[in-house]
Amino acid sequence: MSDVQAGLRYTRDHEWVRTEADGTVVVGITDHAQHQLGELVFVELPDSGRTLTAGEACAVVESVKAASDVYAPVAGTVVATNAALDGQPNLVNASPFGDGWLFRLKPDASDASRLLDAAAYTDFIAAEG
Amino acid sequence: MHEPVIFEHSRPGRRASSHAGHEVARVDDLPADQLRVTPPALPEISELQAVRHFTRLSQLNFSIDTHFYPLGSCTMKYNPRAANRLAMLPGFLGRHPLGPVEHGQGVLACLWELQEMLKAATGMCAVSLTPMAGAQGEFAGVAMIRAYHRSRGDEARRVIIVPDAAHGTNPATATMCGYDVREIPTDSHGDVDLDALRAAVGPDTAGIMLTNPSTLGVFERRIEELAGIVHAAGGLLYYDGANMNAILGRVLPAAMGFDVVHINLHKTFSTPHGGGGPGSGIVAVNERLAPFLPVPVVGRDADGYRWLTERELPLSIGRLSAFMGNAGILLRAYVYMRMLGAEGMRRVSGYATLNANYLMTKLQAAGFEAAYPDRRASHEFIVSLRKVAKETGVTAMDFAKALLDRGYHAPTTYFPLLVPECLLIEPTETESLEELDGFAAALAGIRELAYRDAGELKAAPRRMPVRRLDDVRAARDLDVNWHGRRATPDTHA
Repeated sequence: MSDVQAGLRYTRDHEWVRTEADGTVVVGITDHAQHQLGELVFVELPDSGRTLTAGEACAVVESVKAASDVYAPVAGTVVATNAALDGQPNLVNASPFGDGWLFRLKPDASDASRLLDAAAYTDFIAAEG
Repeated sequence: MHEPVIFEHSRPGRRASSHAGHEVARVDDLPADQLRVTPPALPEISELQAVRHFTRLSQLNFSIDTHFYPLGSCTMKYNPRAANRLAMLPGFLGRHPLGPVEHGQGVLACLWELQEMLKAATGMCAVSLTPMAGAQGEFAGVAMIRAYHRSRGDEARRVIIVPDAAHGTNPATATMCGYDVREIPTDSHGDVDLDALRAAVGPDTAGIMLTNPSTLGVFERRIEELAGIVHAAGGLLYYDGANMNAILGRVLPAAMGFDVVHINLHKTFSTPHGGGGPGSGIVAVNERLAPFLPVPVVGRDADGYRWLTERELPLSIGRLSAFMGNAGILLRAYVYMRMLGAEGMRRVSGYATLNANYLMTKLQAAGFEAAYPDRRASHEFIVSLRKVAKETGVTAMDFAKALLDRGYHAPTTYFPLLVPECLLIEPTETESLEELDGFAAALAGIRELAYRDAGELKAAPRRMPVRRLDDVRAARDLDVNWHGRRATPDTHA
């Protein structure tokens, strides 16, 4: 069974969002998503400084099965990316909510609250089968 | 099993013809400073060793000549020997593309007739045979759409719409042609979501790329309405002919509203397929796009057949290949089409879809889950192993590997991405009933084994030249070079 962490916000495209104390948000893909994809072989991240609209395709995660877009869960500016994924894309598999984070955004407005909470996301992936 | 590379057979001084004379030709008419000092690193082996080596390698292959090959979306049908034989007549093989056209009227006549037959098979008004692969056919098609809009001064059209069920090459093609890609979803029955399409089109729409039947193995039922939406917005419709085998002689892409079609002759028209080519991705267009066709095209007038080039088609998107694409492949398709005739083409699509529906029904009866059970299959269909994977841990990839041990090439796995744990199965029209039954029985046996001994399937394949490969490492650290004998130290760790 996939891990869903309490306290995070989720999208229907299987990204998670964690709001930090400084107001920035960290974005990654969920444990469910990495299970579906299988072991990752490549991660492409957005450049720092890029401004993203909510829902914009901004990163790519590629496994031996498939390449999938990652969408910006909220609008904002990219302030950091996880450089470790360049050499070790499988960090996303090993630790999707921790060392496998993808990028950090300075959001335009704090609209992360309209995303799914952990309970709603758990229901969503259960319904998806 | 360790199959050595040819260099490992090499012994210093060994020659191809050990028992013939050893006289070495001396090169004495080149300047000394132009001659290489160190000999090239070529294998030194006997002729017999070379023959055995490559014969053995060829026997390790799965091929349509040796195995059932139900690789969905690829149309791995039998390639009739007659097409091979006739395309290799000395007059064809000896024809030089720069020879005078008066000396090549025979081959030009074949190519012209092929153009005419492809026009009839698509309902289009003009054809170019030059694209040398499906991907190049796609590129030609979208480049023509772009040239069309540009010729009208309509530069605002920046977006190609692609359904999420599309082949991965479609968005790649649009991007290569400088377009932005807008993806639209599929509804739960496998049709394009027309409300999403209506919302996606606008003054920035250059066109849509569509496969029909789609990669989901079902026919897009509201294709006319869909075409109307795109045309009303000022966009054009591109038909990816990958799945043409399902509709051959039944429905014309032109009648569905498409403006441009590419067809893989190496699928539908049975030219040899695989190993990276040579392929052929011909394009057929309606009046709107005809001025933009890639050249050369074969024309005919009172004097006979001749090449039409940039002179006759000044708006052409240009040349995609030296001379006339893969001419030998075009000739094979020509022979195949002449052998079939119009009635034969209808039989092809009839049996291709009959075989797919038979196999789908048979597998459903054996407990397999069809991805779209309420839909009739086209020439291929999708089985989802989601339930088996959940209950036993045996995945679609494990099924694929186990099939190899049972003498079947695996179906396409994990494509389309919309269906989890899927196998995309395309039997084609050239398989016998017994072959289809045997394949269904093999899959049913694997499924039964999954519930009894999942570990056994995780260990598959057991009887292949190589066992389970490390596909993650292959993707991350791909290295297909042989490093055994390098003049300089090998810096590759």
